[in-house]
Order: sequence, then C-alpha cells, then structure tokens
Amino acid sequence: MKRHLLSIDDVTGEDIVRILDTAESFREVGTRVIKKVPALRGRTVVNLFYENSTRTRISFELAAKRLSADVINFTTSGTSVAKGESLKDTALTLQAMGADAVVIRHSSSGAPQALTRWIHGSVLNAGDGTHEHPTQALLDLYTIREKLGRFEGVRVAIVGDVLHSRVARSLSFALAKVGAEVTLVGPPTLIPPDAPRWGVNVSYDIDAVLPKLDVCYLLRVQRERQRQQYFPTVREYAQLFGLTRERVGLLPDDALIMHPGPMNRGVEIDSDVADLPRALMEEQVTNGIAVRMSLLYLLLGGGGEEASADA
Amino acid sequence: MTTASRLLDADEIKRVVTRIAHEILERNKGAGNVALVGIAARGDDLARRLAAEIARIEGVRVPVGVLDITFYRDDIGLRAEAPEVHETRVDFDITGKVVVLVDDVLFSGRTIRAAMDALMDFGRPAAIRLAVLVDRGHRELPIRADFVGKNVPTRQDEDVRVTLLETDGEDAVFVDEHQETHR
Repeated sequence: MKRHLLSIDDVTGEDIVRILDTAESFREVGTRVIKKVPALRGRTVVNLFYENSTRTRISFELAAKRLSADVINFTTSGTSVAKGESLKDTALTLQAMGADAVVIRHSSSGAPQALTRWIHGSVLNAGDGTHEHPTQALLDLYTIREKLGRFEGVRVAIVGDVLHSRVARSLSFALAKVGAEVTLVGPPTLIPPDAPRWGVNVSYDIDAVLPKLDVCYLLRVQRERQRQQYFPTVREYAQLFGLTRERVGLLPDDALIMHPGPMNRGVEIDSDVADLPRALMEEQVTNGIAVRMSLLYLLLGGGGEEASADA
Repeated sequence: MTTASRLLDADEIKRVVTRIAHEILERNKGAGNVALVGIAARGDDLARRLAAEIARIEGVRVPVGVLDITFYRDDIGLRAEAPEVHETRVDFDITGKVVVLVDDVLFSGRTIRAAMDALMDFGRPAAIRLAVLVDRGHRELPIRADFVGKNVPTRQDEDVRVTLLETDGEDAVFVDEHQETHR
C-alpha cells in the first residue's frame, strides 16, 4: 500500500481485496460490547474539513476512536482558516503538532495532493471538489461484496449527476479495477464527455438499463447546482431519472439499491423505495466505519523501521 | 541454508492433544465451566481438537472460539507493512468461565499478553489458563503455560514450525536451523 489515499489510482486490485478483508475483521469489532481495539494507541488523526460533511467526519472520527487513536476535528468556521490562514500554513501547523494522519475534505480538487507536500504522515482524501472520494467507493465495494460475494461481471448502474460527482468517479474507477460492469445513466448534460475513456458504458435511458442490473446506485441531486440549468426542473428530473415505485418493478427481484447519502426523498429516490429491505443505505453507513478503520490501520500500521526483520 | 529436524510427528501430536485434554479436565474437575479459545492461526485448530477430545472423554461439548490478536500487538507501526489480520469469533459469553487459551508455540510471550488483553475486552473470565503444543523458551514477559505438549530447548535464531492437517495438510512440528545466521 502507498502511504496516502488520494484517489482510487493509489490502490491496486490486490490492495482493494486486502482493505476489504481487513474491514471484515473490523466489522466483527463493531459487534462487540467494547467496540474498541488498541491498534493505533498514541497516534493522532486530524479531521481537516473545509466543507461541511457531518456524516463523513463522524464516520472517520468513530473509526479513529475505535482504533484508540486520538482525534482532532479541525473545521473551518471559527478557526484560523476563517482568519485567512492558507492551506499550507494549516498543514505546517498540523505537522508541527505531530499529526500521524490527516483526513481532508476540501471543495478544491487536488487539495489533498497539495497537502502531501507538507505532511509527513498519511493523507486520506475524504472528498475533494469534483475529483474523488475514494473511501466512499471502497465502502460501497465492501457492501456489494458482502451481499453478492463477487465483483466479476456484477452489473452496476450509477444514476444521476455524474459530472459533478466525486463519488461517481471513484466508484467507477474502483468497480472497473475489480472487474464489474459499470453503466453511467443520466441526462446528457450531466454525463462527463470523457466518460467513455473511463472504461464504462453510458446510457440516457434508465428504463432500458434497470432490467439488466445487479446494483442500482443513485447519486444525490445537488439542488444547489440547479441554477446552472443542467436540467430544467427537479420535478422533471424525478420523472425521468428518479427511482420510483414503478421503476423498481423493472429491476430484477434481487437487485440492490444504494445511495451515498444524504438522500433527497422524492427526487432521485421515492420515499418508500428508500425504505425497501434491499435499499442498503444503513449498511453502507455501518460498513463505512469498518472500511475507514481498515484504511487507517493499513496506512498507519506499517511504515516502520523493521522493514525485513520479521517476514 | 536451512535444515529441518522433525520434533513431533502426527501420532505424537495426537497423544499430546489427548493428554492435555485429560489434564484440563483433571485440573478443572470436569468440563463444566471450561471454554477453549484458540489463537489464530493454528491455535484455533488445536482448540477444536482439544474440544473434540474433551467431548470424547467426558461427553461434554465445551464452547470454542478463535481469537486474532493482531489489533493488540505491541509492534504495530514498527514493521514495514501492517500485520495481516485473521478472523476473530467468540460467540459465547466468557464472563465467569475458565478460558483456556490455546496456541501452537510459546516463545516470547508477547502473543499471549496480547491475547489476554483481547480476551478481557470480551468479558471477565473466572480464570485464564494457557495450553501450548510446544514451549521453546526465551520468554520476554513473565508468562508460563499451564499445559505444555513438549518443552523444547532452542536457540534464539532457530525457528519452531508447527504444521497442522487443517491448515497445512500435515501434522508435524519442525525445528529449522539456519546455517548462515544474519545476526
């Protein structure tokens, strides 16, 4: 494994299997009365969040705490960042405080990459701009493997605003790496022009795709982008691409429904569809903690001096 | 170059397991409150064999768990790669039980220290005992085994290697002697 996790490009197919296998052991830890192991005792993990994301931050915080690491949450409002401190100076400060890992969420693509210049420890990308969100992709892979037991030939549609979605990018790359078949579905304005080069299929017709799926993965409609006229109205989007009660009937009976959260009920997914047993949003959240524990453990648990002493 | 000499063969391992099963029953005056927890890998195979012997001798099925101690190791971050993780499954309550930890080789004692810490996170056992197939000496912590298959004086730079049918396809214990030592 590399020292940082900035994008899915940083992990091999072999690494992915190791990350998911290790996460299985952390799932077991999560079922105990004492959900904590001393693996990273004395290490410091900093959550550096320049964008609000309560879910991802809490997930990383819980993951680090269950590994017995010390956690510092560095959010941007009311801090030195609000006073105008640059990313570099914030990074140098965290470095001087002895951070062993920095988990960063930033609205600019490439901010985690920049951070690696100043941080000696590991940098984990928790979402940067419209670039990548690799830990979300890995927890989604864990959830798919847990339910289907394989990746090879698994047919996944990623539906919605692919253009602005770092989740869609990371998930597409990760699924391609493990041998799944990905189809991106959405209005032409929201499918990136370079998508064919990702090794995925593209469709603008959700009804044609649904009957052939093992997993239907819905992206959040980012209403804040609505001003930019990527689609006429939210209502029209819901009619054309929302996973409605009727459309669920087109899916094979055992096909899974996933969503990275937070959901817009009634837009990309009907409320009662979101509550179906095969909609796995809660499993995704639970698995997210285990997968992030696995990543922190694998990134921070190595890198020592005794490189070859005990093979 | 490495030369391997066979310390125990399949029949000897079988007799050792039978004897330790008897000793556990004798020490505890029966199987009543006993649970076996094997340390992965191979300690869990031995724990299942001991449980089968106890069932044959006493007609009682004692609970068997498997413990992976990786997250409790004291050398995480000292190695180049994070240690590989195995399965942990203790699906019974250990509180109030006499838990016999089972491992293949007792060496520095650090694994057993980690196993005791891990076990304490699952509950409060009445007592923890230790059963090992081979005790090869060179302890670095004040730990000793209650049930020992065979005591083997070794040099620090030798390797004691246990292979078991379930994991390796053969029951045997070897001592590997390295001709060229790098220390």
